Amino acid sequence: MKGTATKFFLLGLIALGSFAGILAAGAPVQPRDAKRGAYLVNSIGCGDCHTPMKMGPSGPEPDQARMLSGHPEALVMPPAPKLPPGPWMTSVAATMTAWAGPWGVSFTANLTPDPETGLGKWQAQTFIDTIRSGRVMGKGRQLQPPMPYPALRNLTDDDLGAIFAYLQSIPRLKNRVPDPIAPQGAGGR
Amino acid sequence: MTIREVIKALALGGTALARFLVIGSELTFPPSSKIKTEDRHFTYGSVSDKMIRHRSYSFLTLSAAVLTFLIGGIASLGSLPVPGHSPETLDPPAHLRETGLYANFASKTIDPRNLSYSPQYPLWSDGAAKRRWIFLPAETSIDASDPDVWEFPAGTKVWKEFSFHGRRVETRLIASLGGGEWMFASYAWDADESDATLVPKQGLRNVAEIQPGLRHDIPGVLDCKACHVNRRTEILGFSALQLSPDRDPNAPHAERTSSDMVSLQTLIERGLIRSYPRSWAQHPIRIEASNPTARAALGYLHANCGNCHNPNGALETLNMFWRHSVAENTPSGTAVTMAINRTGRFRIPGEEPGDTYLIRPGDPAHSAVLFRMSSRNPFHQMPPLGTKLADADAVSLIRRWILEYQKEERP
Repeated sequence: MKGTATKFFLLGLIALGSFAGILAAGAPVQPRDAKRGAYLVNSIGCGDCHTPMKMGPSGPEPDQARMLSGHPEALVMPPAPKLPPGPWMTSVAATMTAWAGPWGVSFTANLTPDPETGLGKWQAQTFIDTIRSGRVMGKGRQLQPPMPYPALRNLTDDDLGAIFAYLQSIPRLKNRVPDPIAPQGAGGR
Repeated sequence: MTIREVIKALALGGTALARFLVIGSELTFPPSSKIKTEDRHFTYGSVSDKMIRHRSYSFLTLSAAVLTFLIGGIASLGSLPVPGHSPETLDPPAHLRETGLYANFASKTIDPRNLSYSPQYPLWSDGAAKRRWIFLPAETSIDASDPDVWEFPAGTKVWKEFSFHGRRVETRLIASLGGGEWMFASYAWDADESDATLVPKQGLRNVAEIQPGLRHDIPGVLDCKACHVNRRTEILGFSALQLSPDRDPNAPHAERTSSDMVSLQTLIERGLIRSYPRSWAQHPIRIEASNPTARAALGYLHANCGNCHNPNGALETLNMFWRHSVAENTPSGTAVTMAINRTGRFRIPGEEPGDTYLIRPGDPAHSAVLFRMSSRNPFHQMPPLGTKLADADAVSLIRRWILEYQKEERP
């Protein structure tokens, strides 16, 4: 009798598991489309650093002709200023696309779908891996400040996929962003 | 059997069910053109990704899925780890001694069920001495249907021990939880080697001296995954080429083997591997190169670059693959052909645009592969993690190979 009860218990669990699996498979999931991606990109503020700022009639404003294309290739930065000892430790270009600090000098990336200089050859998973790991393409060098990947990695795969879908839908701009520059004494050339 | 084990088996079965539902739905309901557009960007999305687009299922598909669930659940029950190798969870044990590596921790006696092995082309780890073991649950075997990326049974565990200057520093563990889930952990040894404890998920820095002024870091879980997770989680260094008995005598940092180590041939003889190409049993695998330098160079690049630079993961779009494929239909020399005289995104500092090649025969100064493996600038170095010291022997080997490379030398 006890054995039969155990069998029924197990079968019940299996049936329950099946039902749960079916429910999970059919559960509604947030669609990750370019519209939601645009909403997220504009709310999170990706353009604050990835769209160069220019001086407009009312002061600095995003240069929408270069939307999300990163540090302008033509803007060759002079060496970063050496700051005196103290609490100030970061220097920023007027474009907001070049940042210097203890990590060296970083330049914001071209997020447009240009295949040679942007994300045109990436897939959604490449983008997700990059944000999750904090490494380029999930496997390369570490992303540098001020990229807020420790916060962005908390987004769901669906939201990151939506962001990527949006980034793939914007105008492609050819702009080869310079490689980051290591601080002096960090491993040579 | 405990309730916990039953629940785990159900979870594994549920995973099988979910996967089958997705596959079934795709077979039954071809995606619309809109969905195809999305798919270009989501080539290996998770199960839930695909579920967004397919929410209807035919009765036939559903019935088959439930059947699959039952089979998956029952099969999972049989593959639960054996006593002494307790079921792993996403939370690793707090101490290495609890992972099943040792039969007697005090005497550091390895559990005889754990098989020792040594890859013929070791990964460079700043000169660390390394030892490795693998545990395969009883009555299981490795599926080599994909000869380049083996699939390991649920319950597989792999350990790698790192020593610097004769002292154990860390031991890493990768364990298969089943259903495609893996657990990654690292254990730091005490100075007197009396205990090895779990390090935080973010890793531990500066734990041991590599050489004066340079100290070893224990990687975090995300760094482990950066190398080991491609489309599938891979046990790097435990593959057909790496375990071939036809070992390369010119491999940099080749390790001494012992009779208790497993090789590809012993795996075959013991029935620990299945669905492998029949030719493996007759002809030991080797890199067919025109000279010993080329063979060693390609082997080194396979082990130190090919784990990421291969067509099975995030870097496939870079179109530079250093993994030496042992699949029978892959032409030899594919890796070299793809890199010779080709330019990439990277520019060697100080060089004119267009003057940097991946590999430039006869011209090491303009070969990015050599430049980056020689560099330890954090933004240039290759590999980008796991090493702080360039491998001088390998740099010398690759330089020699580039200098001597002739078109007719293509393997």
